[in-house]
Amino acid sequence: MLPELQLAILDLNARYAQTIDDGRLEDWPEFFTETARYVVTTAENFERGLPLGIIYATSRAMLRDRVRSLREANVYEAQRYRHMVSLPLVELGPDGAARATTSFMVVRVMHSGETSVFASGRYRDHIISDANGGALRFAERIVVLDSRRVDTLLALPL
Amino acid sequence: MNLKRNGRQWPLEGNTRVPYWVYSDDEIYAQEQERIFRGPSWSFLCLEAELAKPNSWRTSSLGEMPVVVARDGRGELRAFENRCAHRGALLCLKDRGEDRKIVCVYHNWTYDLEGNLTGIAFRRGLGGQGGLPEDCRPETQAPRKLRVATLAGLVFGTLSATAPALETYLGEAIIERIRRVMRAPIKVLGTYSQIVPSNWKLYLENVKDTYHASLLHTFFTTFRLARLTQKGALIINDSGGGHASLTMAADSGGREYEQAGMRTAQEGLKLEAPELLQSVDEFGDGCGVQIVAVFPSFVLQQIRNSLAVRRIVPQGLGRTELIWTAFGFEDDSPELTEMRLRQANLIGPAGYVSMEDGAAPGFVQRAALAAPELLSVVEMGGSGISSSESKVSEAAVRGMWHAWREQMGI
Ligand code: FES
Ligand SMILES: [Fe+2]
Repeated sequence: MLPELQLAILDLNARYAQTIDDGRLEDWPEFFTETARYVVTTAENFERGLPLGIIYATSRAMLRDRVRSLREANVYEAQRYRHMVSLPLVELGPDGAARATTSFMVVRVMHSGETSVFASGRYRDHIISDANGGALRFAERIVVLDSRRVDTLLALPL
Repeated sequence: MNLKRNGRQWPLEGNTRVPYWVYSDDEIYAQEQERIFRGPSWSFLCLEAELAKPNSWRTSSLGEMPVVVARDGRGELRAFENRCAHRGALLCLKDRGEDRKIVCVYHNWTYDLEGNLTGIAFRRGLGGQGGLPEDCRPETQAPRKLRVATLAGLVFGTLSATAPALETYLGEAIIERIRRVMRAPIKVLGTYSQIVPSNWKLYLENVKDTYHASLLHTFFTTFRLARLTQKGALIINDSGGGHASLTMAADSGGREYEQAGMRTAQEGLKLEAPELLQSVDEFGDGCGVQIVAVFPSFVLQQIRNSLAVRRIVPQGLGRTELIWTAFGFEDDSPELTEMRLRQANLIGPAGYVSMEDGAAPGFVQRAALAAPELLSVVEMGGSGISSSESKVSEAAVRGMWHAWREQMGI
């Protein structure tokens, strides 16, 4: 039991989800460390040890590029998400980083109003706090989708 | 050619006009399943690397028809309908498995990996009662067997006894383009799928539409991955159904798109992490993008070092599943694998390029529903379906319609 850390990660996850769901994509990379890995994959790939990601980022800069591309380059219909996030299961890793596993479900709401359960899965995270004892950030967030199948496209991050 | 089917008549202009009812007519859809997918066409089933061991199988399909692809005990590839001879249940429910036999869960009838019915539970009844009559021959309803052929690690199948050999179906020029990519034993990097909210043909047309890439995809144009001004070629086989489009990596630096005010040329867009596009000329020929698509269900993609096959699976009139398998080669260095994984950000449902191809066919589907008798215009590059240097052309799309009409008899 790590109630204090668990509570802090609960808060981190809540703010993360709210940032995406509010459409504040520019703030999203700030939840990650400079050298973070953010990978969206499927349970099938994950369990078979296959490295392919649907999104595969190895730095915060790559996440900022994705936001810029979504804002300025890519063609997709207007949409929003609503994340529902479970309590995190937290352990301390040997390196002092927290390992957290959290279930999520995302409802996608299209501009037309069409609403659907878009994704479910778990976050597998390595979380560290800033050197100056500041905010918690993801050094790694692997988004493991339960399904191998994505409806139409995955534009906004999960 | 019979121009009418279900009272549907192909426009007199020929392949330069496509009536929208092809995407919205239920009867046409059902006939496609029979005349194309279960007819004399070769469908892509899977990669040989996915069936590395004897006595292993995986599921696939010919259009909507479920299929089992197996490597039998002798190492031969087999494919047969995934349907039990008894009451027609699916024989294999999972994506893949390893076993010498397949047992139907419903009433325990058993099959070998060639698809032969080898055992019937209580065939002679119990205690002299029940069971099948002596003269009952359920084997006559056994799963249909496919002809299987492989090319450079790709497994294709057809139900048709009259379809030409796979090599003939593809044609030499397309085979050469496939062999170029499938140059060594492959290593699967992963898989995922995407539901495209449109008729299957709209996705295949998108792949064959060499005109759209730099006009829809900002990434292709802004980062000069595939502009129409880059040298390249469009190769189309005799049936029209197979094509390869090539774009050389070298770019003149010309400002044609910028001067024409094209949305996809965004001089201000820079990558903070340009390693995303870091690549090597692994095939040694300077070709940066090569797309091969073979009617009705196969795509092979090389975008720089991102390699993948895509299998197109129709799931009703307005819904298509696109199954992606990305791969590298067994002898890849860790650095090259990492490069492939980073470049995979261009492809798939979240791909900087491919997400737009997931959406665009749906835009057509939604608008076309209300205009079944009206026509789309497919006349870029004229009316022909032959190979050319220019990709400001819809010749490969016309080629697809040529092959479609041939098989449909429309
Ligand atoms: S349906 Fe397969 S054994 Fe009865
Ligand atoms: Fe495209």
